[in-house]
Amino acid sequence: MTSMAIPDTAAAVRLEGNDGGAQMGHPASGELDLSHGVALYLENITVSFDGFKALNKLNLAIDDGELRCIIGPNGAGKTTMMDVITGKTRPDRGKAFFGQTIDLTRLTEAEIAHAGIGRKFQKPTVFEQHTVFENLELAMKADKRVWKTLFAWLSGEARDRIADTLRQIRLDKEADRPAGLLSHGQKQWLEIGMLLVQDPKLLLLDEPVAGMTDDETMRTAELFVSLAGRHSLVVVEHDMAFVDKLGGKVTVLHEGSVLAEGDLATVQNDQRVIEVYLGR
Amino acid sequence: MRKPLIIRILTALDRKSWLALGIFLALCLVVVPALHLLVPADSPFHVSTYAITLIGKIMCYALVAVAMDLIWGYGGILSLGHGLFFALGGYAFGMYLMRQIGRDGSYGAELPDFMVFLDWKALPWFWQGSDSFGWAAMLALALPALVAFVFGYFAFRSRIKGVYFSIITQALTYAGMLLFFRNETGFGGNNGFTDFKRILGYSITAPETRLVLFGLTALVLAATLVLARWLVGSRFGRVLAAIRDAESRVMFIGYNPLWYKLTIWTLSAVLCGIAGALYVPQVGIINPSEMSPGNSIEIAIWVAVGGRGTLIGPVIGAFVVNLAKSWFTVSFPEYWLFFLGLLFIVVTLMLPQGLVGLWKKRMAARPAPAAGPLQAEKGVAP
Repeated sequence: MTSMAIPDTAAAVRLEGNDGGAQMGHPASGELDLSHGVALYLENITVSFDGFKALNKLNLAIDDGELRCIIGPNGAGKTTMMDVITGKTRPDRGKAFFGQTIDLTRLTEAEIAHAGIGRKFQKPTVFEQHTVFENLELAMKADKRVWKTLFAWLSGEARDRIADTLRQIRLDKEADRPAGLLSHGQKQWLEIGMLLVQDPKLLLLDEPVAGMTDDETMRTAELFVSLAGRHSLVVVEHDMAFVDKLGGKVTVLHEGSVLAEGDLATVQNDQRVIEVYLGR
Repeated sequence: MRKPLIIRILTALDRKSWLALGIFLALCLVVVPALHLLVPADSPFHVSTYAITLIGKIMCYALVAVAMDLIWGYGGILSLGHGLFFALGGYAFGMYLMRQIGRDGSYGAELPDFMVFLDWKALPWFWQGSDSFGWAAMLALALPALVAFVFGYFAFRSRIKGVYFSIITQALTYAGMLLFFRNETGFGGNNGFTDFKRILGYSITAPETRLVLFGLTALVLAATLVLARWLVGSRFGRVLAAIRDAESRVMFIGYNPLWYKLTIWTLSAVLCGIAGALYVPQVGIINPSEMSPGNSIEIAIWVAVGGRGTLIGPVIGAFVVNLAKSWFTVSFPEYWLFFLGLLFIVVTLMLPQGLVGLWKKRMAARPAPAAGPLQAEKGVAP
């Protein structure tokens, strides 16, 4: 049952899908404008939970095609920042823009995903009862309104796309297995694959290599580096070897705002960063 | 190539399932009517009116159970208020049956008896048009749909989930019951509607009328099963199950769960309304007790006993529990609720997948290289 990437015909009949034509049909998403070279722009974002400021006047700008790493001790606000960008948490104050025109503070989670932001959770979250193939099928860029989904069928093109992604995330042999049976590292890869088939402009990756072997970690780094340029990536990670391998600019968060920014060597030698990491 | 919808619906079932469905329909549409009409009443092969009414009633319940399974088993939303939608469908169609009584009521008046009793002089505005079969049938669909849509929209938009949602649905059906208990509401108070005489001009107690209603119920149940199988095997069904298993993931890949939940929720309510409309002429009575919280909980028990998330499970559950109920309430009437509670506890603790799950486990335990429960379930929908 794990013999090939493209499912057998029995599965193919069931996996009717996407009519291919109606892409990006979401009315409320607006048009993504990256003409000024900025993919994501956060200004003075403040989020408080019962008086505790999870984010405190956070400013951050991610360029189009950039690969950015975010590091910081626990409670620095990394996950809250992702929640704000993806619409899960509304900021008390501040601006959050995707490109020039899309105001993230006004959109729902689904609309933001449609606009082109994909998110990987800290804990790998895949649909455990669905097969690996079905996980990708559901994630794939398509018109995701009820009526379209009800009569959706999977075009050959879409099927090829899924097969390509399966090879890319090295799960082509697992296509027909329920995702719940995958190893932790494989689930991480599947979730990354689910982001890739969405074809987002901006990928937010929360601890993507947690639970991976060293070999898997290095392969993930290669994959991310290859994605940069066409996509913008924001990676939250604790694994410094991985961050080093990615090689992009690093932002250090502390107590809800940016403490330092620069390449890894610079921030590692920054006195304030050392204090934050060691002096607690 | 994109296949026409009808082909996709027809291929939703595998050959074995179609065969089972065909046998079921042949039994209900040919064998049972023949045994009822042609075999003399003293023969052991005679199917009695009692049996036809009982089975017809249980098929209505099975339809409700399938509707429940769609939202609970596949959508992960436990409703404890489905009795409300069933009763609304029943009342909507019951209005028509009341009007069909005509002047044959105890008071010999144009108005239904309970209105005469309340000294009403004219039909209330919401009874207008109730003498039309088409209007009543439409109402039996539209009323549950409307109530479910409005309630569901606000509940799902507020992201009310799990046990909170269940409790609110329970309160909803309870409120409905209290409303319909009032005489002033205009639906016969605690007596509800009964004493029906005719449907479409035919005597409602005639064997032929009963058999037509019986066959129609079987057809609706079969059609619902086919539709439901197609639905849960479509991408829509997979999104629904994904919402059940990891709702936030679904949102972040760009689906809005609100409309998915609302669609299946409303569809489920409509199916309950149809079941209610088929139930009333066969059983001959509808009253507010159909909306009592206990009734709605019982629906959940049928589904749990049969096996949720399997479609055929709820049908089996509805039959097993209700056949047991009709035996118990004759033999040991005071112990039925104890037994029902016990059954629920046993099923929850020992058979989380219900009877269908038990059967699958048996099949998987045989030496043949059988599929695991998950593949077995998926295998039903090629």
